[in-house]
Amino acid sequence: MGFFVTWRTGNIYLGILISLITGALMGLLMGIVSITFKAEQGISGIGLYMFGWGLSGLLFRLYVGAITTIEGLRPVKIPGLGDIPYIGTIFFNHNWLVYLAYILVPISWVVLYKTTWGLKVRAVGTTPEAADNLGVSVDGIRYQCLVLGSMMAGLAGAYLTVGQANMYADYITAGRGFIAVALVYFGRWSPLGILAGSLLFSMADSFQQWVQVLGISVPYELAVILPYVITIMALAVSFGRVWAPAALGRPYERGTRG
Amino acid sequence: MNNQTAKSWLVQTLILLGALAGALMVGAVLLIIAGSDPIKAYSVMFAGPTGSEFGITETLVRATPLLLVSLGIVISFRSGILNIGGEGQILVGAVTAAAVALALPGWPEVILLPLVLLAGCVAGGIWGGIAGWLKARLAVNEILSTVMLNQIALQLYLYLIRGPLIDPQEVVYGTGVPQTGLVPRQVWLARLVPGMRLHAGFILALVLAVLVYIFLWRTTIGYRMRAVGAGPEAARYGGIRVEFYLILAIALAGALAGLAGAVEVLGVHHRAMESLSAGYGFSGIVAALFGRLHPLGTIPAAILIGALILGADMMQRAVHVPAAIVMAIQGLVILFVVSSDLLLRKPELLRRIFPRYISPRSEKTKEAGTGI
Repeated sequence: MGFFVTWRTGNIYLGILISLITGALMGLLMGIVSITFKAEQGISGIGLYMFGWGLSGLLFRLYVGAITTIEGLRPVKIPGLGDIPYIGTIFFNHNWLVYLAYILVPISWVVLYKTTWGLKVRAVGTTPEAADNLGVSVDGIRYQCLVLGSMMAGLAGAYLTVGQANMYADYITAGRGFIAVALVYFGRWSPLGILAGSLLFSMADSFQQWVQVLGISVPYELAVILPYVITIMALAVSFGRVWAPAALGRPYERGTRG
Repeated sequence: MNNQTAKSWLVQTLILLGALAGALMVGAVLLIIAGSDPIKAYSVMFAGPTGSEFGITETLVRATPLLLVSLGIVISFRSGILNIGGEGQILVGAVTAAAVALALPGWPEVILLPLVLLAGCVAGGIWGGIAGWLKARLAVNEILSTVMLNQIALQLYLYLIRGPLIDPQEVVYGTGVPQTGLVPRQVWLARLVPGMRLHAGFILALVLAVLVYIFLWRTTIGYRMRAVGAGPEAARYGGIRVEFYLILAIALAGALAGLAGAVEVLGVHHRAMESLSAGYGFSGIVAALFGRLHPLGTIPAAILIGALILGADMMQRAVHVPAAIVMAIQGLVILFVVSSDLLLRKPELLRRIFPRYISPRSEKTKEAGTGI
């Protein structure tokens, strides 16, 4: 589910490192509850969401107090490519977290489909019983995936604060963790599909901001709604195609038949 | 049998209190890390809501919307649909109720009051029903759709109270505080204690708790809804129209949350304004789970969570510990409660942890008591 702990310290790189660690810890907590204690994942996800929400609000108020801006990550111009007129500024002049996100798309595809570990991950996701029979530790793989995924979510939180907004505000994520889950459905559970979904969502989001900037007489609040409506519609059109791993959301207990 | 039921109730209550204590302990660790004195913070948090007539009545004021929302959560969770759209449903209920009341200022109380409450229910019900329809017809995950609908409802709500429904006086004086005008006085809910904010909505919520219990366990529709929740495939095989009952369940949950919004408008604020719902949509989930998804269990649970929220507000004012910690504690309560379910499902684990206190005989009791 969503782990929206966003952290900030004086040093940006330390801040990003800490958000990775925090993300990992939140993933570990989720793992203890949903893997070891085999709790219902939807509900424990809500619990973890509230925990992260309250915790980040608490820390923010104790340490920062008021909304302040910081100097965020600088854009890194890629030598050569960044100098191409027009295209250069669009594609090759961002902070390094942006490049990292795009590089991670092919990397996660390779890891998921071309490595032994990826095979184990997909086996555990579809038929945990078979994976267990072949000596794969179902709980172990699930813990690893959860912690890894949570670190990515922590990194996403760090990107929002130090890479994009240069500040922290309550509810800065604005439901992006949930939108991300929606995009996974929409992207048919493949890294490339998810990239397409993310671009669609971002287009809706920037279209909405563009409408506001142009001063077209749409009330601000109604423009903000657009990305969420599109997310729901994206979920609705994903209907009928079953791409989800068969054992999604099912706690695995040895000796029981799923 | 009675003795056994009592015993299983005792075990369940003990486990719940253990979960609460665990959550508070982790909360204390957080406070220490954050550099606050947890003993001082908690003593204000618990003394505040219980120490005075104001504290007790104000706790019940907070418990009222929580109870209404959590009753809806009980219906939807029991029917196998995870409604986390309470927040949005509260807001559409509140703003619809306020709009209806403001549009018909001259109408008598006997007609207008039920009409306004009904308007809140219908609006919330439709808002919840959208997510139900999306799930039943298009297999859209309800957790995701309700989160999106929360965002959409919040923005619509802000638009309405800043724009079309803003108090004309705010425009005249140029202050522009985003809130609607006061609703007509005849629809204000009666205050129960002179000088305090406790209002008749609390009694309405108590009555509804009993009605929801009767509905779920004593009517055919309620039985079918629980059957859908227990196993949709089996229910379908048994001739139950699963899709219909899914939509009905979340629409009812939305209606109760919408009613909570309407009751907040009519009983507490007498208008719709910003930050009307202080996270009640989420805290209602905590209350429902803490009440073990039983309509009558949610009554003490909602009062307890109401006291926690009020206590956190008082703590913020008295010792300057941010009230945001109560959200973290509530999240922990959920995590502890769902984790402790394993102990209830697998009594042998409980025996391994507490070998001395649990005899093999009482183990059977717990097994009988797990069928919540």
